[in-house]
Amino acid sequence: MAIHLRSAEELEKMHRAGLIVHEILTALRDIVRPGQTTMDLEKFAEEKIAGKPGKAAFKGYRGYPCSLCTSVNGEIVHGIPSPKRKLREGDIVSIDFGMELDGYFADSAVTVPVGKIRPEVLKLLDVTRESLDRAIDKMRPGNRLGDVGHAVQSWVEQHGYSVVREFVGHGIGTKMHDEPNLPNYGEEGRGARLQEGMVIAVEPMVNAGSPEVRMRDEWVAETADGSPSAHFEHTVAVTANGPWILTRPREMTGPSW
Amino acid sequence: MARPIREKKEKGDSGNPKEDAIEVMATVIEPLPNAMFRVELENKHQVLAHVSGKMQKNFIRILAGDKVAVELSPYDLTRGRIVYRYK
Repeated sequence: MAIHLRSAEELEKMHRAGLIVHEILTALRDIVRPGQTTMDLEKFAEEKIAGKPGKAAFKGYRGYPCSLCTSVNGEIVHGIPSPKRKLREGDIVSIDFGMELDGYFADSAVTVPVGKIRPEVLKLLDVTRESLDRAIDKMRPGNRLGDVGHAVQSWVEQHGYSVVREFVGHGIGTKMHDEPNLPNYGEEGRGARLQEGMVIAVEPMVNAGSPEVRMRDEWVAETADGSPSAHFEHTVAVTANGPWILTRPREMTGPSW
Repeated sequence: MARPIREKKEKGDSGNPKEDAIEVMATVIEPLPNAMFRVELENKHQVLAHVSGKMQKNFIRILAGDKVAVELSPYDLTRGRIVYRYK
């Protein structure tokens, strides 16, 4: 399988989808409060999605039941919104969301603190957020996939955290998951070379403790040791001028989340 | 949505057609030359089946009317391999 190189028009379409994703994710980030259930977040998102062109990318994808993934604390990814899951002060929740617009996909995610969280957990979020920025910075023509993964892994492990191996970033475009796989670990100089026109969803998943993953059911992945896990994601295009974060407004600068 | 590093396998494709074979019970209708038999499955479909090498090697005889286990190819459900003769 080959890695698609997207044209300028295709990138524009994906950016349009990305802007919607960004708008809804930032809205979700701002309303998260102790006492809400993850299903409340899903309903909030659905209302916003209804008013937008395109549709939620996750719903119906391989049987996934909702538009969002809401992963609390030790849950790493693919937590399913539920009216029984109440968010409490001190929790962290990773919200993952994607849109399909005009046949093109965008995928992004953010981990949000619920109320006040412990300083160690806040540090996990900061380090993970920074790892995404470092990874994005490597998304330039001529670099290799291994450089990106290595950037995440070395930064994360420097702080005593660990990188999840079982889930990876992925190419994205006309399909939600496409070639190539972008692991959050790697060796510099290895892997496919990045070229202008490639679009990859970069999504570091970082555990405070050990990297082992346990599947609670066919969807939800959680840390084997129960330690919290953070997840941040952006859909990034490789351009001649450097990385273009499709899942946020072009004018925005600074840390990607 | 994060992508699992090992994708779950699609339908009955494990990459090895020998593992994906569907095993069914059938009754032998008539013998044909070259260790081939016409057998009838439970769903009344008739299938051309050959006797597996293991059975030939061990001199297991098959007659019309025997109940046998047949492995059907995932690529052609009208051909099979007789792998077991029930008592």
